[in-house]
Amino acid sequence: MNIIVAGLSHKTASIELREKLSFSSHNLTTPLKELVNFPAIYEAIILSTCNRVEIAACTAADSEKVIREIKIFLADFHKLSLDEITPHLYFYTGQDAIRHVFRVASSLDSMIVGEPQILGQLKDAYRSAVANKTTGSILNRFLHKAFSVAKRVRSETDIASSAVSISFAAVELARKIFDNLEDKKILLIGAGEMAELVTRHLVSHMVKEIFITNRTFEHALLLAQEFGGRVLKFDELFESFAQMDIVISSTDAHDIVITYEKIAKALHARKNKPMFLIDISVPRNIDPRVHDLPNVYLYNVDDLDGIVEKNRQVREKEANHAEDIVEEEQMRFYVWLQQQEVTPTIIKLKEKFESIRLKEIEKTLSHWEGLREEDKQKINALTHAIVNKILHDPINFLKTKGEKNGFPIEEIKKIFNLNDEEDA
Amino acid sequence: MQITLLLYFKQIDLYLFYLTLTIYCIGTINFLIYLIKPRPLFSLLGFYITIIGFVFHSIILIFRYFPSACFPVTDLHQSLFFFAWCFVGVFIIFNIKHKIPVLGSFVTPLAIVLLISSATLFTQKPVQIPPSLRSIWLPIHTTLAFLGEAFFGLAFCGGLMYLIQENQIKNKKWSYFLHRLPSLQTLDDLNYLCLSLGFPFLTLGIITGSIWAEYAWGSYWNWDPKETWSLVTWLIYAALLHGRLTIGWRGRRAAYFLIIGFAVVLFTFLGVNLLLPGLHSYDSFTSP
Repeated sequence: MNIIVAGLSHKTASIELREKLSFSSHNLTTPLKELVNFPAIYEAIILSTCNRVEIAACTAADSEKVIREIKIFLADFHKLSLDEITPHLYFYTGQDAIRHVFRVASSLDSMIVGEPQILGQLKDAYRSAVANKTTGSILNRFLHKAFSVAKRVRSETDIASSAVSISFAAVELARKIFDNLEDKKILLIGAGEMAELVTRHLVSHMVKEIFITNRTFEHALLLAQEFGGRVLKFDELFESFAQMDIVISSTDAHDIVITYEKIAKALHARKNKPMFLIDISVPRNIDPRVHDLPNVYLYNVDDLDGIVEKNRQVREKEANHAEDIVEEEQMRFYVWLQQQEVTPTIIKLKEKFESIRLKEIEKTLSHWEGLREEDKQKINALTHAIVNKILHDPINFLKTKGEKNGFPIEEIKKIFNLNDEEDA
Repeated sequence: MQITLLLYFKQIDLYLFYLTLTIYCIGTINFLIYLIKPRPLFSLLGFYITIIGFVFHSIILIFRYFPSACFPVTDLHQSLFFFAWCFVGVFIIFNIKHKIPVLGSFVTPLAIVLLISSATLFTQKPVQIPPSLRSIWLPIHTTLAFLGEAFFGLAFCGGLMYLIQENQIKNKKWSYFLHRLPSLQTLDDLNYLCLSLGFPFLTLGIITGSIWAEYAWGSYWNWDPKETWSLVTWLIYAALLHGRLTIGWRGRRAAYFLIIGFAVVLFTFLGVNLLLPGLHSYDSFTSP
């Protein structure tokens, strides 16, 4: 058995092409069914995200044939020409295919190495394929292995443990100070892309109480609607200041807005409960001296940048370690895959049934007049399905019990007259 | 005949002691590996091995009761050994309830230090037990006091972890430790919980000790060094608890307090017995 991967990603294709070739993750039934109808494709799965479209298939046939079929499928399904897509596609077979899928699952092939979403997307893709019954014993095992490799990479390396963007670094820091952010209060002073991004990330971490203040009241109102927060008047900002656990400041003021005295007073009022202050504005809005107060943590953009830079280096170092894990697992899986070689008997059996089917179709359709092309295709699909269903159990039996247990394989050959077929 | 039997007991006791220490060491190694490689496997192994060690630790305690038919805290070795038992026991219960596995990486090394220090005080000769110790108050008083101090031991570890973590966040120097250690809030909560559990135990320990003193020595309070230093310990933790509740002594300041507090606990435990003579220094005095 062989595994073949075909696809395109952010490394090989522009966003426009990726969009054109993408599949809706909600409805993978049609494309999956079409894929496994190709004679050389036994099992298939489709992964489609904004950064990549990948098809993994398994076959006992020639891999060149499978690659050709996948190309035709992609072009036909999206109504593009082969020449348009071919230069952007990559193909992997055998060990390379195994390695590629393991790397994708472990987020080593991602745009941001270590980002966690890809594993979930792959799991969804697999679930769709299972629901549509387009995976079998090989791909099932393969994908489960990919998930466990991803898990191993995650737990044995630090590849995903550290934030590599400023806003994530801020959230990570907040969680290292407060642990659970659910019951914490955030104050956003001013506006700005970065400040909003940080706030958005905090909201996605369950922060519920958000206060927003701005010199322009309307602007604050807009943001408050977006985040489900409350608006504070700018001049009443300090009245409830002592309640705030996280303060993000990003105004265009040219001097200090939040002074040392204000923070010291707030800290006293909140009985030294920690405060996390993020100063995103340039020039700075929060007096840097407040960092010297106990239980007050002030970070500005440069501090966060420094952390992100360091985390990036850590990730790169950890990626090497992760590649070693992938390599090790890839080899182990390949050994297993080799043992799954389909016996010549199975191939012969399939060929025989397929040839019978084709002959009979030919016979029937050649003198059946007035049949539309559509109907012909339907009949074709119907017979294909019948043959596949009939053969499913015997083939499974041969694969699992077959020759290994000394089953008299010759008897099967006799029953189906497979030896004569060879001579004919 | 009686003497040979006692010597046998001592011999078996010694073997069991080394066995327990070895098991704890293996547990500790797992916890330390966990600190470097945070795979859950290591913390689980460390924890389960520590529990096995604790079982042997308990067996020794039961075993020690028989030769003298007395609660085995009659010399400094035994006391320290029993204290280590309380400490590990409190940690095990705490970890089952609150699941802060990395705490084990700090607690188990300390437990080993306690056991090794107790080993240096191991006496081969059968000790004469003063009659004043043959009292029901001995187990009550020591268990309460040691449980309190065991919680302070946990708080000491928590304080240490807090300082390491806070230092990284304050100085903006993140190392891999940042991901290994829990958040500041978790650690601060842990410290507060240990403080608020340890304090009543210590208070009860001192009160029961004082009642026992009235029975044994005819006076509630004798100002012997042990009593004086216990009072100092109690005052330190009382001050912290009070400060925390009224004006919010939390975070780094609380962590320092907890570390100093535990140093005083250890001094009250060892320093007083070894350096300052008094009623509690059972190793040095022969007649009550």
